[in-house]
Amino acid sequence: MSDQVFNNFQNVEKNLKALAFKRLIYSLLSIGFIIFLFSGGLTIAENNNAGSFERGISKFFDYPVDLFKEAFESGWTWYSYLLKYLPELISTINMAFFSTLFGSIFAVFLSIFASKNLIKNKYVVSFCRRTMDILRSFPEIVIAMIFLYLMGKSEIPAVIAIVIHTSGALGKLFSEAIENVDFKPIEGLESCGSSWFLRIRFAVLPQVLPLFISYSLLRLEINVRASTILGFVGAGGIGEALSTVIQWRYGDEILAIMALLVITIISLDYISSYLRTKLIGDNK
Amino acid sequence: MLQINNVCKFFDQVKAVNEVSINVGKPEMIAIIGRSGAGKSTLLRTINRLTDASSGEILFQNQNILNLNKKDKLVWQKNCAMIFQQFNLVPRLDVLTNVMLGKLNEMSTIRASLKLFTSKERYTALNLLDKFGMIQTALQRAETLSGGQQQRVAICRAMMQEPKLILADEPIASLDPLNARHVMEALRKIHDEKKITVICNLHTLDTAKQYCDRIIGMQNGRVVFDDLPSKLTNKKAREIYGAEAEEAFEGTMTSVSLGHAELKTA
Repeated sequence: MSDQVFNNFQNVEKNLKALAFKRLIYSLLSIGFIIFLFSGGLTIAENNNAGSFERGISKFFDYPVDLFKEAFESGWTWYSYLLKYLPELISTINMAFFSTLFGSIFAVFLSIFASKNLIKNKYVVSFCRRTMDILRSFPEIVIAMIFLYLMGKSEIPAVIAIVIHTSGALGKLFSEAIENVDFKPIEGLESCGSSWFLRIRFAVLPQVLPLFISYSLLRLEINVRASTILGFVGAGGIGEALSTVIQWRYGDEILAIMALLVITIISLDYISSYLRTKLIGDNK
Repeated sequence: MLQINNVCKFFDQVKAVNEVSINVGKPEMIAIIGRSGAGKSTLLRTINRLTDASSGEILFQNQNILNLNKKDKLVWQKNCAMIFQQFNLVPRLDVLTNVMLGKLNEMSTIRASLKLFTSKERYTALNLLDKFGMIQTALQRAETLSGGQQQRVAICRAMMQEPKLILADEPIASLDPLNARHVMEALRKIHDEKKITVICNLHTLDTAKQYCDRIIGMQNGRVVFDDLPSKLTNKKAREIYGAEAEEAFEGTMTSVSLGHAELKTA
């Protein structure tokens, strides 16, 4: 009896040592690999810059200084630029709102069919999951460029691109929320003879809706930034205006647009976090 | 009325319910006792069709409820109300809505989704809540109630279904003695007034003896005792409960010692 215990101890000891050794090897290998990548990257960077780095760094600070100088020179008229670009800003926010709304709706449907606890057929579940993976694996800008090429320059291709990405990304989060719901209420309604749809309506939805809204608000912020960037590739809105004034080097107008963007994103952040705490906070 | 013939339920190699046959001729209040893992819950879940049986048949009013089609199965579940150990209410909905959800089976999908309950349904639900002493909580969220209160709301939901049979899966296992008494009295009252069969899984022996007309003992998925409470000797009970005997007998002590005098079982 005690002999066996002793043998077991020895075995565990041996296995532990082997494990520790393996771990050490792996750590050394990964450290070596990181050093290799880092030094390789440095050499490439140095070859490319060959002396221009010092000149570049002075320009790096010159540019913002120029912007502020120009803005200061334009005096009171600078404030009128804020108004001038307001319609463009609204169009960008509009794009973001619209695509977040539609993206969330698609995401809700996809996520229900991608949740193991609601769908017993595992092929449907994995099909929906892979669909969501594909939808969110392409960055918006890639999809947008394809659609802009196909459909011409307008807001619609950008909206489609953001809807595609949003439904994939939100669908993943939504289905995780659904898979974490308390199963007892669902079972309770099942025992009353309620249909599958009504079980989701009354047992799942009340549990996940606050989370869904909170995730969508978060996504709205991300989508405002995304639709701004898509403006650069021709999707209209404030992004396109920004790209134009950067090309024409209108320092004062660049600064005005940037101010508008910063204000928008900060205020969106405040509004959505206020709404989110209201939604999740009233659990009691 | 209810006839269970050779019902089996296997989970892989484990025989959770093994050749169980039970015959209920007239409305009765039945207790199923046994140690944990004896197959009590599985049997009740099979009757409600939450779990599918592996073999056998269950006849209710001469209809085999084990091979109903999808729609009839939902109607059967409406007729066979179930009460759970963890109450299984929707925590974020108010008590009144929770009770009215018992009517989901009879409502059209659109009317139910939009919560368009008729004033008659609301009236019935409020009446039930009043009857079980829960009317003051009608507009509170279910999650704000104590365990005993939630269980009484669950009973209201079950009654909302206008069931022909009530199954209670360990209805008092997570309640304190006072609330346990309230819940058992409520179930007894339903049985006495509506003349419907109530089948309870109970863990404690004395509750079973006190409230039920018939006791069924289960052991390793089989029925090993099925008779009047008075016929259940201590020796037999110890055999049924096995290693959990002390706990089962002790548990009874606490639930009995409270207000034994006022309790008169019919």
